[in-house]
Amino acid sequence: MELLLSNLATGFSAAATAQNLMYCFIGVTLGTLIGVLPGIGPLATIAMLLPATYRMTDPTSALIMLAGIYYGAQYGGSTTAILVNLPGESSSVVTTLDGYQMARRGRAGPALAVAALGSFFAGTVATFLIAAFAPPLAELAFKFGPAEYFSLMVLGLIAAVVLAHGSVIKALAVVVLGLLLGMIGTDVNSGVARFSFDIPELSDGIEFVAVAMGMFGFAEIILNLEQRDKREVFTSKVSGLFPSAGELRSSVWPVLRGTTLGSFLGILPGGGAVLASFSAYALEKKISRTPERFGKGAIEGVAGPEAANNAGAQTSFIPMLTLGIPTTPVMALMVAAMMIHNIQPGPQVMTSNPTLFWGLIASMWVGNLFLVILNLPLIGIWIKLLTVPYRMLFPAILLFCCIGAYSINNNVFDVFMTIPFAILGYVFKKLDCEAAPLLLGFVLGKLMEEYLRRALTISRGDPTVFFTRPLSATLLALAAALLLLVLLPSFSRTREQAFQGD
Amino acid sequence: MHIKNQRDLWSGILFMGFGLAFVFFARDYTMGTAAKMGPAYFPTVLGGVLTVLGAVISINGIGRSGDSSETGVRIDPTGWRELLLILLAVVAFAATLPSMGIIVSIVILIWLSSPASHEFKVKDTLIATVVLLVLSYLVFVRGLELQFPFLPRFISS
Repeated sequence: MELLLSNLATGFSAAATAQNLMYCFIGVTLGTLIGVLPGIGPLATIAMLLPATYRMTDPTSALIMLAGIYYGAQYGGSTTAILVNLPGESSSVVTTLDGYQMARRGRAGPALAVAALGSFFAGTVATFLIAAFAPPLAELAFKFGPAEYFSLMVLGLIAAVVLAHGSVIKALAVVVLGLLLGMIGTDVNSGVARFSFDIPELSDGIEFVAVAMGMFGFAEIILNLEQRDKREVFTSKVSGLFPSAGELRSSVWPVLRGTTLGSFLGILPGGGAVLASFSAYALEKKISRTPERFGKGAIEGVAGPEAANNAGAQTSFIPMLTLGIPTTPVMALMVAAMMIHNIQPGPQVMTSNPTLFWGLIASMWVGNLFLVILNLPLIGIWIKLLTVPYRMLFPAILLFCCIGAYSINNNVFDVFMTIPFAILGYVFKKLDCEAAPLLLGFVLGKLMEEYLRRALTISRGDPTVFFTRPLSATLLALAAALLLLVLLPSFSRTREQAFQGD
Repeated sequence: MHIKNQRDLWSGILFMGFGLAFVFFARDYTMGTAAKMGPAYFPTVLGGVLTVLGAVISINGIGRSGDSSETGVRIDPTGWRELLLILLAVVAFAATLPSMGIIVSIVILIWLSSPASHEFKVKDTLIATVVLLVLSYLVFVRGLELQFPFLPRFISS
């Protein structure tokens, strides 16, 4: 406990410098600003704003700003979900169910306030959880050899598959395709430029940002433009922000339950915010005495999922910070950002770079505080933004993405590279394939190959090494159990229900 | 033969295509052994796995002829206008940026992409152009000092 407090003290003194406070503030503001725009989620937002941190000299500030952008975008997405019924990202899909209905009944203000306060509470708890669980996990990570890392990645990818929407086998194929696309570029061991077809830019591999922007930015815009139905924005109806005493009372327990569930699910590989919000909604509906109110504007249906998705978003930092393994596409982007600043993510970050590690964690709480301040009084500004018609917004999103892609290497090649991925993202959507697992595979591809190679070199080609080492065997057994579970008919039915939200 | 799910059938074919392509192009590299993996080892294994997965997905998409569901799951029509205009706008932006500079390419991007919307209005697009040009100048050129050609080459040189 004492150690925890002294670690947090290190963190807060790093996060509370004028410079870092400013970057945190800029981050959450920019994140909210872009996240509020309909149809653009945290992933595209971070990818778009990543170049803004390239010129920053202090990696701590850069990561603090990126983390701020992340939960800022998440908050912004909730606002859009409540007011326009258009989720900016998949984790606010459930918020549209009851939040939008509340807005239609003129209770948009309380819905927004409960979402913000619930998220703040969840964020506070999650910050402490990270501080408490990160050191022991990092400790464990030092016991990991190449076989364990490989098995852990298998577990992470399988979890991502199980938790994706729709068909499991399709998601599995998407992950494998992601791994293969990650192979493109120079092989570190032999120096051979694989699958680069003599294009010099490809020998460095495909830029992650180009993949993310193509599949999540551009494909999403094209699909949004295809839908002609008009959405109603409830802007004039946001009058009072304060929830009634009754609304507050019925929100307390959902927030507590959502926080617990979300924090736990966020740590799981592949879990993150999406699963957290869906499960929290399902839970609230299940234990409610009046489940028929859900979908018609029940405040519990806003409070629970919103707390859960914020808690999950934050605890998903734990595996990335302690093991160096991203478990969600957003964390994959954070890893990319750390690499740009010459920090190799992994258990050693905590000891070799304590101010960065603890500063980032402390900044999460500071960022959440900023968000409450930013979202409640300034809600009017975000609403104004929502009244700008999409026909004027999407060229702006397109432009920011293009400039973002260009500025990775100051080369238009990365802009061209977004095109095949925009097409792939579009085709995936038409064919009911979830795109998110591809990104995870893409980032892990080369790492996985490297750990497999090392593990097999040590064992002299004996593949049983993955099953004879106890830690590795446990991880693989977990992965196998997950796959078996999802193939059971009773579970797959529940899973479908959870993703449908009712 | 009755096709139960067009989306499954075609996504399976897509995955098979990718899997086979990776296996095919990996032939150029050394395979190695498990103890000494060459650059072709992992991609070949994964490509094989992807091909098998694709085949299973496709077969799942083809139902038995006795299937009573009439039409099955079809693929939604492609919005060619939206798809092509957006992609064209991005390509044009990237193609013109090095020689024509950021101002010209922003204008091209906006005017090629905006008609992709069914609610396209010339006046709105004019406003968006002015706002985005000013914003880009302040944020990217002044604020972040990103490096790109500003004016067309024939003017600035």
